[in-house]
Amino acid sequence: MAVAVDMRTFLAHVELANPVTTAAGCASAGRELAQFFDLHRLGALTTRSVTMAPRAGRPTPRMAETPSGMLNAVGLQGPGIDVFLERELPWLAQRGIRTIVSIGGGSVAEYSELARRLADAPGVTALEVNLSCPNMEDRGRVFAREGGTAAEVIASVRSIMRYDVPVVAKLAPDVADIVAVARSCVDAGADALCMINNPLGMAIDTETLRPSLAAVTGGLSGPAILPLAVRCVWQVHAALPGVPLIGVGGVMTGRDAFQLVLAGACAVGVGTALFNDPYACLRIERELEDLLQARGFQRLADAVGLAHRPPGGAARHLLVDTEESTS
Amino acid sequence: MQVTGTVLTTRRVDAYHALTVVAPGIAERHRPGHFVSVAVGGAHSSMVTRRALTVHDVKADYGGTVELVFTVRGPGTAWLAERRARDTLDLVGPLGRPFPLPRDPVHCVLVGAEYGSAVLFPLADMLLERGCRVDFVLGAASADRVFGAMRARRLAETTTLTTEDGSLGLRGRVTDALPSVIADTRADAVYACGPMESLRAVTAVAMEFDIPVQVAVEESMACGIGVCMTCVLPVIGDDGATRMVRACAEGPVFRGERVRFEDVGTIPFDALGAPGGGARHAG
Ligand SMILES: Cc1cc2nc3c(=O)[nH]c(=O)nc-3n(C[C@H](O)[C@H](O)[C@H](O)COP(=O)(O)O)c2cc1C
Repeated sequence: MAVAVDMRTFLAHVELANPVTTAAGCASAGRELAQFFDLHRLGALTTRSVTMAPRAGRPTPRMAETPSGMLNAVGLQGPGIDVFLERELPWLAQRGIRTIVSIGGGSVAEYSELARRLADAPGVTALEVNLSCPNMEDRGRVFAREGGTAAEVIASVRSIMRYDVPVVAKLAPDVADIVAVARSCVDAGADALCMINNPLGMAIDTETLRPSLAAVTGGLSGPAILPLAVRCVWQVHAALPGVPLIGVGGVMTGRDAFQLVLAGACAVGVGTALFNDPYACLRIERELEDLLQARGFQRLADAVGLAHRPPGGAARHLLVDTEESTS
Repeated sequence: MQVTGTVLTTRRVDAYHALTVVAPGIAERHRPGHFVSVAVGGAHSSMVTRRALTVHDVKADYGGTVELVFTVRGPGTAWLAERRARDTLDLVGPLGRPFPLPRDPVHCVLVGAEYGSAVLFPLADMLLERGCRVDFVLGAASADRVFGAMRARRLAETTTLTTEDGSLGLRGRVTDALPSVIADTRADAVYACGPMESLRAVTAVAMEFDIPVQVAVEESMACGIGVCMTCVLPVIGDDGATRMVRACAEGPVFRGERVRFEDVGTIPFDALGAPGGGARHAG
């Protein structure tokens, strides 16, 4: 029996017991999943993106299943920061659940105000800034598509949050140059990056002859976007090897998570898979550990970014050649 | 809870499909109005969202079975319709909030449109156990889409059937027959399940008679457990405020008069957090 793999990972200086987190907006604020398993078993719980005011979100239909994925146009429905601070965050904090709080805003000022409200709140393990929101001060152009405004948001939030709470910039994949946006965010003070948010997609209902979603377009998620996530993590890790990356997008199995780790992610977010399997995070963590163990890794950290090593380089971790490794 | 259920039997019920699945744990916790969700397409499925299914029957045999009723609407339900005895299914349940039951032995009219009727049978059993009088009004577009007429006749004091094409029972909709059934049975309460449009009409009738109406909605959903936020509809809360609430978690059962049926599919301007309702918006 091989020794257990050390699955600990670091988001900047914050240690997580394992690398598997929920993806923002896919686990609400934790309570629903807590009916299924002990949330302490997660690397961290990432909340839905919290906004200043309560938001009713978009009209229905908000969801359409697509090949190996789904489209969503939820529109950041949520009760707003007051209720989050009164009820949701304390519930997580009292239980000592590692919590990455995601925030969403329509202006630099709004993100900053959210950071101010969260700066002294107990229980914030890290702050994730959802940059896939339209900038109300710039004709609704999405922050994540503009290195400049993304950097402004990050710099402001970073200056407000306590130094010991890492600020994570969450990036969108449908940009001309994700490395450029990533670099702007890191230069502005982001301690880590999370990628990818949903690329925009669309489906048309061939019965009604109308767009399937009331909002017409929606965010694509699920296995269909895994290769997009792997590519983004790969490119950003290659350019910024020292920056901790949370890889998100289409992770359904431990093998999917392993791809993101090999591409350079030190943590992995699970979103759509939770809709299919409430226990997905636990299963993926176990499967990832098994894969690492089968390949002779003693520490998850040793696998992070390993696929970047030159071809033919010594595969020092491949002690055993398992059947799966050829598939 | 999540259970790997084994299909015991499959059958066609007119236009619908029914699967009886051994699902210990889910069966024993089931209350009328609860639903279950099922993963479709097998282990390497390209279909990532679960399908919410109506429970028609619960039995204690084989450690607990549930009978699930559905109609084929797309590749997911088509896959389900191909399941055979001994196949396994990934079920999560029981989900949602069940029907509230009256304390006293009152008179209840149960109204089912299309296969929405299915969910009313476990409810009828429970109401009868409590000494309630049960009367059914079941309807659909055509005779082959009226679900459970035989079973209703066995259980209920009276059963009224309606079809839009007149192929069975009265020609028309359930709400054409409902007022006289309520009057004749001196009903104290109405329970209904079916498409949104018929729930709207049933609620209007019950409100005219000034009797409480509980409706179970069928919204499409991805997760069924309250995390994806896709199955929302506008519902008025105890405080009078309208919120976009989740059919899977706050529902599927609501007091009919609290559901803003006319506004389903929209965000009413006065809903909490509606755009322009004083809320600045992002995302
Ligand atoms: C229904 C739904 C809601 C989401 N809400 C948010 C959100 O509030 N904030 C955010 O940063 N990302 C949100 N996302 C994006 C996810 O966090 C994730 O980046 C994306 O779905 C890709 O991962 P997946 O394929 O594992 O779902 C949402 C995704 C879905 C499907």
